[in-house]
Amino acid sequence: MNIKVKRAFGQVVEGEAVVSEEGFSPRYDLDRWTGLITKPGHKLEGTSIVDKICFFPTAKGGIAAGWAFYDIKWKKISPKAFIFGVTNPVMVQGAVFAGIPITEGWDPHPRAVVKTGDWVRVDPGRKLIEVLKRAP
Amino acid sequence: MELTSEEQSILGGGRGEAARRALQYQLEVGKFWGAKRFVPVTNVHMMGDIEVMGDAGLEFLRNEVKQSARCAVPTTTNARCMDFAHCERMGQDAGEAVKEREIIAILRRMDVATTDTCINYQTVYQPHLGEHVAWGDTGTVIYANSVFGARSNFEAGPAALAAALTGRTPEYGFHLDEHRQGTFAVELKAGLNDLADWGAVGKLVGESHQNYYAVPVFHSYRRIPTADELKHLGAALASYGSMGMFHFSGVTPEAPSILPSEKMVVAEADLEAVYRNYKLGDGDARLVVFSGPQQSLFEMKNLSYLFENKKVKSGTTCIVTTNSAILKQSRDLGYAKILEDAGVTILEGVCFYILQNLSPMREKNRWTNMVSNSAKIVNIIGAHRFNTILRRTADCVGIACSGVLK
Repeated sequence: MNIKVKRAFGQVVEGEAVVSEEGFSPRYDLDRWTGLITKPGHKLEGTSIVDKICFFPTAKGGIAAGWAFYDIKWKKISPKAFIFGVTNPVMVQGAVFAGIPITEGWDPHPRAVVKTGDWVRVDPGRKLIEVLKRAP
Repeated sequence: MELTSEEQSILGGGRGEAARRALQYQLEVGKFWGAKRFVPVTNVHMMGDIEVMGDAGLEFLRNEVKQSARCAVPTTTNARCMDFAHCERMGQDAGEAVKEREIIAILRRMDVATTDTCINYQTVYQPHLGEHVAWGDTGTVIYANSVFGARSNFEAGPAALAAALTGRTPEYGFHLDEHRQGTFAVELKAGLNDLADWGAVGKLVGESHQNYYAVPVFHSYRRIPTADELKHLGAALASYGSMGMFHFSGVTPEAPSILPSEKMVVAEADLEAVYRNYKLGDGDARLVVFSGPQQSLFEMKNLSYLFENKKVKSGTTCIVTTNSAILKQSRDLGYAKILEDAGVTILEGVCFYILQNLSPMREKNRWTNMVSNSAKIVNIIGAHRFNTILRRTADCVGIACSGVLK
């Protein structure tokens, strides 16, 4: 199964999916030294996003996110790609600055297609996400 | 994207490598959003400090200045992560302070006015209706779009810096009429007599409509709101809802005469439920913060009335943040002395939630709760593992002075 996205930036990447039911901010939710989601009560609390392909329905707040992506990329704890249902300019500005692939909009909703642990490929040029292998 | 001859010249290196790289980066961002062209901006407000930038960002800036990067339009800085007069006592790293000073020096060499404020719209520059600017943080952007009718997207640090160097930004989002229309109506039935109430409205409306392009239209409010009230409303909408604009019937310049069909109501009971729903954890009442956004002169004045002849309880830390201009006036007017006599710590040029070393600071002080009258800061400090509690301004002062959390 494939997911079509509306907008996309970056290189083709492959990796393990982390699918979130809750939105994301690298400032509000993430420990920027370990790459773990640490906001108490976040639906992914305790989950690492390092080297993952992260699916988030929404983006939250935060101008500071723009530098944060570059910072976590430098620290080698960044995800391989951000896949957003709805995002905001800061996420895009931050991801483009850090060279991390980012997409917005999805059809169908990933809930129906991809689960955490699946191996997926993100192809920004073709605006396409493919599930290559199911989680064991 | 359609480029002018000037933009083509910048891309060809006509204004140096830093400007070329900045425009190339802006072009990628513009392409993502389907921008057709760039718009010139008159003013840039950027976030850049060691806490948000990290070593990677500092290294980037060092390279920029080596390439003679220089602002093409007036540019100011947002609140930063250290007040050097207090950083040792606050337990902040001396090594990071050195880097912070280096960032300030580099930005000044690039002709950035380091105002270190998140309330530039109250104290530095007020763009007019239709004026294109490139601002961040989010609270500054929503205020510019909504209250002034100026036009800005959320511009993250690197994006604002790029706009400063090129003097333009890609035309998408709130630069375009189509995104500035109200998308849902909010009837304000509540009294809203405290700044925290305005933030709570922002929380209720933002949380239920998380979308950059959702534009609420507030209406039917019983009086004219003040600038500080709209500031707390906007900061919370941006924080909880990622929103960049709102309208307020009879108040903001682009408010529509016909309300959108989707409707919600905010009544007194909704606000009381917001306050009631904060969990008090272990009851720790040793940290009370007035910050996020920085305090205006009238917020300082009001706090000085509330703290007059009172003392912050021993063992409790009460922090107020503001910018250098407001602090100077607060000193001249006697507000700062009243606060400091009461045991309040006033930090200049910073915001509490971006303080360098905040998580270790929390651990060292064994703070578990943070109490504030700012709905924004209550929302954004989560990654530092504070349990946060929103309370009205006078209640916050009461908690700071009694050590009792209710």
